[in-house]
Amino acid sequence: MSTTSAAVTESVTAAAGSSPAPRVITRRRSSTRKRLELLLLLGPATVLFVAFVFMPLIAATYYSLFDWNGFGPLTDFIGIDNYTKALTDPLFQGAIGHNLFIVGASLVVQLPLSIALALLLHGRIRGRTALRLLVFTPYVLSEAVTAVIWLSLLQPHGVVDGLLEGAGLGGLVQLWLADQNIVMFTLFAVITWKYIGFGIILFLAGLQGVPDELREAASIDGATPWQTTRLIVLPLLGPTIRIWIFLSIIGSLQLFDLVWIMTLGGPAGASTTMASYLIDRGFRRYEFGFGSAVAIILFVFCFVFALFYQRFALRRDTQGALTGRVE
Amino acid sequence: MNTRSIRKYVAVGAVAITTLGALAACGSTGGASADGKTTLTFWHNGTAEPILGIWQDAVDEYEAANPDITIDVVPIQNEDFATKIPLALSSDNPPDIYFNQGGGLLATQVQSGQVADITEYTSDWIGDLGAAAGNWSVDGVQYGIPYASQVVGFWYRTDLFEQAGITAPPTTITELSEAVDKLKAAGIAPIAVGGKDRWPDAFYYNTFAVRECGEDVLKKGLTEADLSDDCFTKAGQDVIDFIATEPFQDGFNGTPAQQGAGSSAGLVANGKAAMELQGTWDKSVMQGLTDTKLDPLLGWFPFPAVEDGAGDPSATLGGGDGFSCTQEHAEQCADFLEFLSGDDIQTKLVESQVVAIPVKAAASSAIADPVIKSVYDFNSEAAYVQTYFDIALPTGVGSALNDAVANLFAGKGTASSVAEAVAAAK
Repeated sequence: MSTTSAAVTESVTAAAGSSPAPRVITRRRSSTRKRLELLLLLGPATVLFVAFVFMPLIAATYYSLFDWNGFGPLTDFIGIDNYTKALTDPLFQGAIGHNLFIVGASLVVQLPLSIALALLLHGRIRGRTALRLLVFTPYVLSEAVTAVIWLSLLQPHGVVDGLLEGAGLGGLVQLWLADQNIVMFTLFAVITWKYIGFGIILFLAGLQGVPDELREAASIDGATPWQTTRLIVLPLLGPTIRIWIFLSIIGSLQLFDLVWIMTLGGPAGASTTMASYLIDRGFRRYEFGFGSAVAIILFVFCFVFALFYQRFALRRDTQGALTGRVE
Repeated sequence: MNTRSIRKYVAVGAVAITTLGALAACGSTGGASADGKTTLTFWHNGTAEPILGIWQDAVDEYEAANPDITIDVVPIQNEDFATKIPLALSSDNPPDIYFNQGGGLLATQVQSGQVADITEYTSDWIGDLGAAAGNWSVDGVQYGIPYASQVVGFWYRTDLFEQAGITAPPTTITELSEAVDKLKAAGIAPIAVGGKDRWPDAFYYNTFAVRECGEDVLKKGLTEADLSDDCFTKAGQDVIDFIATEPFQDGFNGTPAQQGAGSSAGLVANGKAAMELQGTWDKSVMQGLTDTKLDPLLGWFPFPAVEDGAGDPSATLGGGDGFSCTQEHAEQCADFLEFLSGDDIQTKLVESQVVAIPVKAAASSAIADPVIKSVYDFNSEAAYVQTYFDIALPTGVGSALNDAVANLFAGKGTASSVAEAVAAAK
């Protein structure tokens, strides 16, 4: 996450108009030395990347073409049958739908909410530090811990139901995790609880990059606070928002831990995600060839999205990332 | 910046793949060292006391008697076996001795070529273990040894039954329904079920099938993974009808089976529900989830008879826990398993109440609790014990069966949908 924050701060600073650090010194170095330096710095990372990302990717692609239970040699070559089987399985189609629901709901609910809370916490209010700490706390918990906590809170006649009844809202009590029509909303609420703090911290960092002079100038020109926010602050937050959207969508597409611990994808597949389907088929049913195919589909989903998003949405923020050469 | 970005998004996208791929490289170590000592790796699922200590003491004792053997004990959380075993068996270094539930699961693992045939090493003493050992053989070849048998039946709260005015445990489904009505009228959740975990749902379908099908039809159906016989459809309908009487606790489809006070075992343990259809091990699980001493409060009765069912009412669903060996040190492993099956260790397992039904009849005299004794007697007198369907069937098919039954519990599917799911997964 630290690299992301650094990247965000960097792009925010650039967008805010301050000049980037001078690179003259770099250009003076001899090219041999630069190559050595590149080799030294990129070498270890490249080795790790090839060994633990690229090779497994190739291996999984290969496995996905076989009917294989994980034991013994790969003999039963079936071409793309695993892929067609996955894509025509109503349960997997449902899983894709559930992932897309989380993607959409995050954009519609979490994004405005995090920006609003960040703006609030950026202003001078009493107990600001304490509040910032408070909203950030859930993010520090691991996803597994979050899931276990909420699993027990959400049991029928549990703490959540008790609180609702105590507040005179007993009519709102639902079978949070057992009702097929409710369970995705419940999971989304828990995801929001957990990740809202991260968005807020990101946007607070972004807000640091909005120069006070601009706000000041706007208010001297007679802009209302709403106008200042809409016309000056939000556009300058653009790069941060685009990064948040990127991280949120990738995270939503890969949603697993929370679902696995809280519902195992149930009841009746009502909360299955692509990743939980993958683990279920791969490990619980020993269908490793099929599981690999699902993994590749999930990968392609994320990869294609990331590629397009980097190419079009993040183009201004990460200039040259895909099109340019190493300077 | 450039390389970093590319790496970043490829990396996030590939997380799922590394899960399947990179882990395949993991394995365990073991083997003979230069000084002639052999090191065996021993994976068991007894991560909590008292069984953790029992296995450790057994290993210490065995090592003392066999100075040339060192046993490396690795306790592993039960649920993790599902993922660790296939990976270990496809590596070059599987554990020498590992926990196993036999049946179709074992048959699937045998396909790896790593599980050792221990027929010749066990032939002298395997007869002492009785019929239970049969579940650890595939096509007449012995691939493992059980240390405990399990049967599935209803654990119930005698105090809550009394409170609802139920005088005797139900012996037929009609009586069970009457008991459910009485409990509901008394404001008590009649039956707890851990629907989130799915396999507890499947116990209902499985036991109804044991009651509806004759032994031959049942065995043939499971051996061939073909549940097209009418009796299986009847079992499906029985499940649907039973769920329609609303016997279960609120939100049962989201309830875990064994984790925490909110689980189905926890609900019975804490008096929030009156009974639960579970395996023999459930008593020790329940005791772990409450401070109340459960001993005088828990009773047990077998799954009631189904009127007009072709099955023998004394037959039951069950299974067992045991260990298998892998190729490299098969002989040493089998010798250790013989030691583990000894009367001493069997008696210890019974005395600590981790095991209700020992595989050695001699150890049964150590059973002190009358309820456990009744479970033991029921098992001894059962016409036959049918292995849990998900373990009896090949793993993928068994899992599909559990999912299909869980769908029935969530109101999705028909009387024949379990059989259809099994046919589709074959």
